[in-house]
Amino acid sequence: MGMAADSEFHVLAVDDSIIDRKLIERLLKTSSYQVTTVDSGSKALEFLGLHEDDRIHQNTPSVSPNNHQWRLQEVEVNLVITDYCMPGMTGYDLLKKIKESSSLKNIPVVIMSSENVPSRISRCLEEGAEEFFLKPVRLSDLSKLRPHLLKTKSKDHCKEQVDEKPAFPSPKQEGKEEQQQSKNNKRKAMEEGVSPERTRPRPNGITSMV
Amino acid sequence: MDLVQLQRQLVEYRTSLYHEGFLDEQFTQLQELQDENNPDFVVEVVSLFFEDSERLLNELTKALEQQSIDFKRVDAHVHQLKGSSSSIGAQRVQKVCIAFRNYCEEQNVEGCLKCLQQVRHEYSLVKTKLESMFQLEQQILSAGGSIPM
Repeated sequence: MGMAADSEFHVLAVDDSIIDRKLIERLLKTSSYQVTTVDSGSKALEFLGLHEDDRIHQNTPSVSPNNHQWRLQEVEVNLVITDYCMPGMTGYDLLKKIKESSSLKNIPVVIMSSENVPSRISRCLEEGAEEFFLKPVRLSDLSKLRPHLLKTKSKDHCKEQVDEKPAFPSPKQEGKEEQQQSKNNKRKAMEEGVSPERTRPRPNGITSMV
Repeated sequence: MDLVQLQRQLVEYRTSLYHEGFLDEQFTQLQELQDENNPDFVVEVVSLFFEDSERLLNELTKALEQQSIDFKRVDAHVHQLKGSSSSIGAQRVQKVCIAFRNYCEEQNVEGCLKCLQQVRHEYSLVKTKLESMFQLEQQILSAGGSIPM
């Protein structure tokens, strides 16, 4: 039961661990945030609209025809929370890319890590991370997010209404198999505009797949 | 067994799991995240943990069977297992992972093999115990009762 105001905040959670994604999603939803989870830094950048060549594709359908569906709906991410240790792009790399981007640099970024390494923590904070959470993350940690979110809230942004646009064929079954398959399939689902871990009300209320 | 007895049995069983170090405070956190709107949350997360752990244990076995062991790779898998066991509160599994990582750092094959055996054992124990606990919970729910906290 969240206040309408809180559910306006959309958090992008990045973690390569399926268990941790499930956890952070539940924690964030319990705190009344809208959540999208992805399993890598590169997918996070894709979702944020940033491509390798640093150009932002707003409404260009050329890259991935179905991708632009949610792009057109002006998906706004109010905060990125990311794991530090990930294969390929680390959370630190992701943080850097976000802070180096003119369009994304104002998005608050929070780092999570299972390891308490002081030099790692200070490096992240120096690079612009708002908070550094030690895993496992608790609900009480998430209460620290609000001030950062409130700072960035602007009155005139257009809020995406995913719920009102059942444009994607997104049967629960497809999502179920999705989770058990490789990351390639997950990428495919992302490109088709179906993000199984995206917040979207389903008839039976299940948004996560086991 | 009647409902009250079942509920008592569950509480005792759960308490023993904490007492014996199989579960820690993080598991309690998971339970607190479960509610009427997400009644299967704990079972779902734990199921993910089971699947993921089995995958990792297989990877570890393969990696340690190699002629020339890639300790970085082994360590990466153990790191993942340590993380996920920590996330669900599977304390004994997590503890073995810590020792395991030390052996990886030392590139100690014997130590790694010993830890693999240990972690398999601890995993299998916690899996059995959690499954028993879930079964008890199901029995209580089927009998029309609610799960005591």
